Amino acid sequence: MTGATGSPGWTADEMMTIAAARSLVGRTACFVGIGLPSVAANLARRLHHPGLVLVYESGTIGAKPTTPPLSIGDGELAETADSVVSVPEIFNYWLQPGRIDVGFLSAAQIDRFGNINTTVVGPDYRRPKIRLPGAGGAPEIAASCREVFVVVRHGIRTFVDRVDFVTSLGYGDGPGHRERLGLRGRGPVLVITDLGILEPDPATRELTLTTVHPGVHVDAVLAATGWDLAVADGLRSTEPPTAKELSVLRELTASDGPRAARSTGEGGLNSQSKGDER
Amino acid sequence: MAELTSLAEAVEALIHDGDTVALEGFTHLIPVAAGQEIIRQGRRDLTLVRMTPDIIYDQMIGAGCASALVFSWGGNPGVGSLHRLRDAVEHDWPGPLRLEEHSHAGMANRYVAGAAGLPFAVLRGYVGTDLAKHTPTVAQVACPFTGEVLTAVAALNPDVAVVHAQRADRRGNVQLWGITGVQKEAVLAARRSLVTVEEVVDALDPRPGAVVLPAWVVSAVAVAPRGAHPSYAQGYYERDNGYYRDWDAISRDRTAFTGWLDRLMAAAGGPR
Repeated sequence: MTGATGSPGWTADEMMTIAAARSLVGRTACFVGIGLPSVAANLARRLHHPGLVLVYESGTIGAKPTTPPLSIGDGELAETADSVVSVPEIFNYWLQPGRIDVGFLSAAQIDRFGNINTTVVGPDYRRPKIRLPGAGGAPEIAASCREVFVVVRHGIRTFVDRVDFVTSLGYGDGPGHRERLGLRGRGPVLVITDLGILEPDPATRELTLTTVHPGVHVDAVLAATGWDLAVADGLRSTEPPTAKELSVLRELTASDGPRAARSTGEGGLNSQSKGDER
Repeated sequence: MAELTSLAEAVEALIHDGDTVALEGFTHLIPVAAGQEIIRQGRRDLTLVRMTPDIIYDQMIGAGCASALVFSWGGNPGVGSLHRLRDAVEHDWPGPLRLEEHSHAGMANRYVAGAAGLPFAVLRGYVGTDLAKHTPTVAQVACPFTGEVLTAVAALNPDVAVVHAQRADRRGNVQLWGITGVQKEAVLAARRSLVTVEEVVDALDPRPGAVVLPAWVVSAVAVAPRGAHPSYAQGYYERDNGYYRDWDAISRDRTAFTGWLDRLMAAAGGPR
């Protein structure tokens, strides 16, 4: 499920992070969730896009950390930021009006319509099988950013037909749902995993496999997805990581060993896999 | 007017069994020493409020201080779950814990309404999520000017707000800077407030982006050096990431946690 790779020279996680970093080229500002999105956003700023504005929900706008932060409020974020604002301000003045291009999120569960669950696993909210960390900033990031990118490892317990709890709305029940609710942002337009990239079908809004990473067979993606995943005509293959991408990523993550490797952030897989040990 | 007092006296005077208590801090300046003093004094039946309950709330929940939690994200940042919180929710240990769950934007606006003396706040939030189904303090409201349907969240007015700041002057004026989160709103929304500080100084020279809480809106100020550890106090000490990682193993196991709690209770003056 994780760490598997069919390719020499890099891991599946590295390919995922590099693909996610590439996706930010040309964007102005990115609202960054902690964990996988944060590593990718910092890689993008280091490698492809030095002007990318990183916005963290702790109120730091334009943070330029030298290492990916462990939390969304590390001291280096404030010290390197263009501006530090209060938490009410970051949500009310900066996120809510739709000023931010990209919301960069992770998920404990994500379903065929890109709805995200970081709240509970199991059918009973009051007596969950696994209690996850909860919503954090994600519901409004998913609603108000112009577009949402999700970075999450592929796996059958993560990619489910229907999330147990809608923490952050993707395309809801399908076409037209976001529009009926009056949401302004477009929703999840890219889901980047350790196996490939999923994008919503323009008509059905179902997440569809559009790209596989080098060395990954389509069957492996289908097997790691909990619904009958559609595969796009003209399936693409991700460009392999360049030597420079790999060296910069490794430099970034080596600066605090287990930090980047272990943290999956808000409601991340960490919580779920730990929960499953019980 | 803020009274300069000891932490133990301040907790004794301001925080009572059954109170709704908000210990705020957004990664930075988390009032850990105050939370551990609340544990030491054996407070019970608290409704704990916080946007980002982290390990100090895990400790308070595991110690049996809380009967309810109002929150928007409960985790050990960058590490994983809060295992004491999960044990309470999943297995009622050490007792049942009622949850009232929000998003960050919702919680922040609830404090804003509380600070402003309004009954509710308006935002674009929660739309299409399952949160509103389970949380009675979220509702819809129509704009009186345009008719647009928006989200309302009820004001939050804790009995007590507890925050940590870099410093205060001798009159009890409080100054904090760096990431200041929702602390100003929490203090202004609460009926009583306790601020722990790294140090008391003669004069508060200006700092970029600082929040100043005038002495007359604070109930008590207590000196607690390193009182935010293992979180950090900008300009004083760094975040102790190792403590957060180590807490995972301690909190995962009831016996290991109980041993930790016994040591906390036994330590005169408290652990740092």
